[in-house]
Amino acid sequence: MAKNYAGKWGAVIGRVIGVLVIVAGILLAAGLCTAAPRVDNPVPSIFEPRSTPADSIVHLSHFVLAITALIFLVVATLLTYAVVKFRNKAGDPQREPAQVYGSTQIELAWTVIPILIVFVLFLATARVIHAIQDAPKPVAALEVTAIGHQFWWEFRYPALGVITANELHIPVSDPDHPTPTFLKLLSADTDHSFWVPQLAGKTDLIPNRVNEMWMDPHQTGIFLGQCAQYCGTQHAKMLLRVTVESPEAFQVWVNSQKQPAIQDEKETAGKRVFETTACVNCHEVGGTNATGRFGPDLTHLMSRHTIAAGAAENTKENLRLWIQTPDAIKPGSLMPAMQLTDADLDALVRYLETLQ
Amino acid sequence: MSAITNPIARTTAWSLPNRGKVGMACLIFAESAIFTIFVVAYLFYVGKSLTGPTPREVLGTPIFFTICLLSSSLTIHLASRFLERGKRGAFLGLWFLTIVLGGLFMYGTAQEWHRLIYEHGLTISTNLFGTTYYSLVGLHAFHVTAGLLMLSIVLLLGLAGRVGREQSVRVDVLSMYWHFVDAVWVVVFTVVYVLGR
Amino acid sequence: MSSDAMAIQTAEAAGRPWVETLHEWVTTVDHKRLGILYVLYALFFLVVAGIEATVIRIQLMRPHNDFVSPQVFNRMFTMHGTTMIFFVVMPVLFGFANYLVPLMIGARDMAFPRLNAFSFWLTAFGGILLYFSFVGGFGLYGAGNAPDTGWWAYAPLTSRAFSPGHSTDYWTIALLVSGFGSIGTSINIIATILCMRCPGMKLSRMPLLAWLYLTMAGLVILSISPLTAAQMMLSVDRYLGAHFFDTQAGGSAALWMHFFWIFGHPEVYVLVIPAFAFVSEIIPVFSRKPIFGYPVMVGATLCIGFVSMSVWAHHMYTIGMSSYSNSFFVFTTMVIAVPTGIKIFNWLGTMWGGKIRFETPMLFCIGFLFQFLIAGLTGIMLGAAPFNWQLSGSYFVIAHFHYVIVGGILFALFAAFYYWFPKVTGRMLNDSLGKLHFWLFLIGFHMTFDVMHIPGILGMPRRIYTYEPGRGWDTLNLIITIGTFIQGIAVLVFVANLIFSYFKGPRAGNDPWDAWTLEWSVSSPPPEYNFASIPTVASRRPLWDRKHPEDPDSRYD
Repeated sequence: MAKNYAGKWGAVIGRVIGVLVIVAGILLAAGLCTAAPRVDNPVPSIFEPRSTPADSIVHLSHFVLAITALIFLVVATLLTYAVVKFRNKAGDPQREPAQVYGSTQIELAWTVIPILIVFVLFLATARVIHAIQDAPKPVAALEVTAIGHQFWWEFRYPALGVITANELHIPVSDPDHPTPTFLKLLSADTDHSFWVPQLAGKTDLIPNRVNEMWMDPHQTGIFLGQCAQYCGTQHAKMLLRVTVESPEAFQVWVNSQKQPAIQDEKETAGKRVFETTACVNCHEVGGTNATGRFGPDLTHLMSRHTIAAGAAENTKENLRLWIQTPDAIKPGSLMPAMQLTDADLDALVRYLETLQ
Repeated sequence: MSAITNPIARTTAWSLPNRGKVGMACLIFAESAIFTIFVVAYLFYVGKSLTGPTPREVLGTPIFFTICLLSSSLTIHLASRFLERGKRGAFLGLWFLTIVLGGLFMYGTAQEWHRLIYEHGLTISTNLFGTTYYSLVGLHAFHVTAGLLMLSIVLLLGLAGRVGREQSVRVDVLSMYWHFVDAVWVVVFTVVYVLGR
Repeated sequence: MSSDAMAIQTAEAAGRPWVETLHEWVTTVDHKRLGILYVLYALFFLVVAGIEATVIRIQLMRPHNDFVSPQVFNRMFTMHGTTMIFFVVMPVLFGFANYLVPLMIGARDMAFPRLNAFSFWLTAFGGILLYFSFVGGFGLYGAGNAPDTGWWAYAPLTSRAFSPGHSTDYWTIALLVSGFGSIGTSINIIATILCMRCPGMKLSRMPLLAWLYLTMAGLVILSISPLTAAQMMLSVDRYLGAHFFDTQAGGSAALWMHFFWIFGHPEVYVLVIPAFAFVSEIIPVFSRKPIFGYPVMVGATLCIGFVSMSVWAHHMYTIGMSSYSNSFFVFTTMVIAVPTGIKIFNWLGTMWGGKIRFETPMLFCIGFLFQFLIAGLTGIMLGAAPFNWQLSGSYFVIAHFHYVIVGGILFALFAAFYYWFPKVTGRMLNDSLGKLHFWLFLIGFHMTFDVMHIPGILGMPRRIYTYEPGRGWDTLNLIITIGTFIQGIAVLVFVANLIFSYFKGPRAGNDPWDAWTLEWSVSSPPPEYNFASIPTVASRRPLWDRKHPEDPDSRYD
């Protein structure tokens, strides 16, 4: 009998612990919601939206969470109550309780109410789906084509003549004169997914299919994300870095990206290494005869903070390591180890460093 | 023990469906689901081939062989009915005719494939049409072959005198499978030779 | 009577060479033995897949960890998922079905005993073939090992171009083969339930377990077949140069997704419906009341079965379907929550007004109720497409489905083990060890899977072998890993209990729980022929009628 008691109270306590852990988790997430907005956002929380699609999703999620929390509270309370109230008490006469088969009214009640809840949830959700997916594209929208590769991102700005990789620059959008960015999503090989939680929900990049998404960040800053659809060995290091800038700063960036590669007379040795080895098969450097498309465009390599799709910081040491032993940074990536002599490698890195 | 038994239950007969038939019906459901997926793929890819011959260019219309296959459903049905009545001779004759008609259908398929491969260069790897056509028709042909194999085994057992009225339910179960194969052909024919052209 | 049967069996067994016993087991067509074989097979792979999960969790314990390489990690999560679904949960559920269904409907065996054995060995072979890939998966180009494409094997990652070698083929063929086994067993279950019930057992008098397994088997037949078809197409792509999923030739990657999820979603109902069956049998006995609303439970189950075939693309909200398609699947996904919720309410109604006993089976059922409720609610969150656009492909989803499978299905399975072990072996499982197992597992489960929702909310995708520090994911992942070890210890306690109690547990007798369905009317373990004479029943609870002749259920049936 004592064992039964321990079992019963224990079950209740266990439930309470479970609930508390969840509540703690929600509070933690909520704490992140109420933190002051930062320019640098190292934690890509979906509850720190900085753009309309992400905002709409948070609002919908509050509604859904409120309803599910209410359902949980009601049902869990009833369950707890039942477990406590209707436990077999020690010393009870050995009579079985009333053998109730069911009740049509109760069944109707707890069928109709959930149906109503479902209806409301569905309508609220459908509204947000349409608002996000069927949003018209304003004339001032910036169009970017994102092409997913194993394991890096290609970004093209067709109207501006810019080609870059992995680090996306877009202008901040003023709600009064919106300048959202509309992404066209393609893939060169397998499935990928573009996910920057603070700017929008994710949309997949699927070969032989054109997908679209948009975002209109309200705040400048750097926003982090990464590929969210398993695409092979180095899916984990296919990172995203979105720099949202003022329209002026964005224009400056575009102007510099449009230029062909800087021709630095001092580093002709390195340039020769680049052009006479297999580098040109995969990489493009604007204004030279390197026109490979398989790997990222390197014309303005040094304008990026990271290399290898965020796998390493863009430093001389990392560049050197990446070219010589890519597996040390991103094992399984498609960058081959170039097997260069030290002298060639140094010259090549010095050359690459001129690609501002 | 006796408290479990209810005297009232004993007076009404307790009969449940035949398990062979229920089992075969379930198998037919499962196979139908497989065929449905191949049909969906076929319909989805109609007109989407990037290169190569199109259905309109190369497909014939196997009317004669379709009639063979569909009439084999009639013959197998009649064979089963005869066996139920114990008429072994008629059963064996019609059963054999069923196999012949099914065999003719397979010959027709082989003939068509030979023509498609050697005259038109259409294989499973040529384009989307080739992929979906050979997969769907091939899957069906595989099921016809499996059916013919089972029918032949029954024929041999019948010729050895081992198939009589007592086996009629099992023979019925097998003929359910054969009817299914024919019904699938109706769908495949419509999708490939009518809708997809 | 039960001890005599045991004594006879033991005496016979003692005198025989072990090869004869082994031969008997390998060639058996007896549903009880096949049931036990399925369950033992599943328990073995539970440990294997648990080790794979532990490797994953150790690697993710801290950022930029190098416990395993990315290649090995990717194989681990692929094999963990594939093994758990196809070679742990499905076999154990088929095992319980095999053992219980004939006994509960008053039959001597399944409808097709030889098909039963064949189906088991097909499944068993499939598992062995899958694991052989670790050894033999090298293929012509030296590439490949165990499959590493994720258990969904999305195209075109699985095409020859992106998965050279044979690892994908091991995945495909192993599942193809075990899929045929699953279809065979499901045909058996349906034919048995429809054609072999004892006299008086109308469909409306069947135990709920029989209804639920009938639905599950129907779902298997309708859902495994699309997977089989898709796998045939993938194999033809890989070996005959076909273009089903070849995007370079105009093929569609999304088509694989549709085919896979038309299997994949009903599959999760295949997994959970037998869990519902177990708690629907156990909760009434330990509440001392019949199940509340039997007809509604049947109706809700059938409803779930039908609707489950229409929700599949809620796994595909992010692939760029139109807003109308997305809305349709939101609707069907929300709708399926209704019958599911009704079931929870009916279990609550069963307990209400009862006299609840808290032995180990009931503890696990109560855990199931709370945890399945939470899992269902996070499912509703994920069903709202825009919310899903943030949360899909993240650790929130992993937390959700582990909440269902571990917090729901595994808890129900543990309850079923503690409940029916006495019937199968004739001995009771140790209740103190059972409670230790429950508490340890509960703590570990919540530590891991409650916390796991948070990294998803903070942007951590799934299927990544490592992650960047400073994203707020570090400590959370460490806590998740610690919980894994606690669960592992709990499972070891459980296995120890199984082994110890098999040899030394107290004798159970026919009916240790004072239950009401037919399996408790025979000895523990039952004789090979199940029933000396086939019973006739007059209600849903034949043993209640026998024990309470003054107030039998048959009066109201």
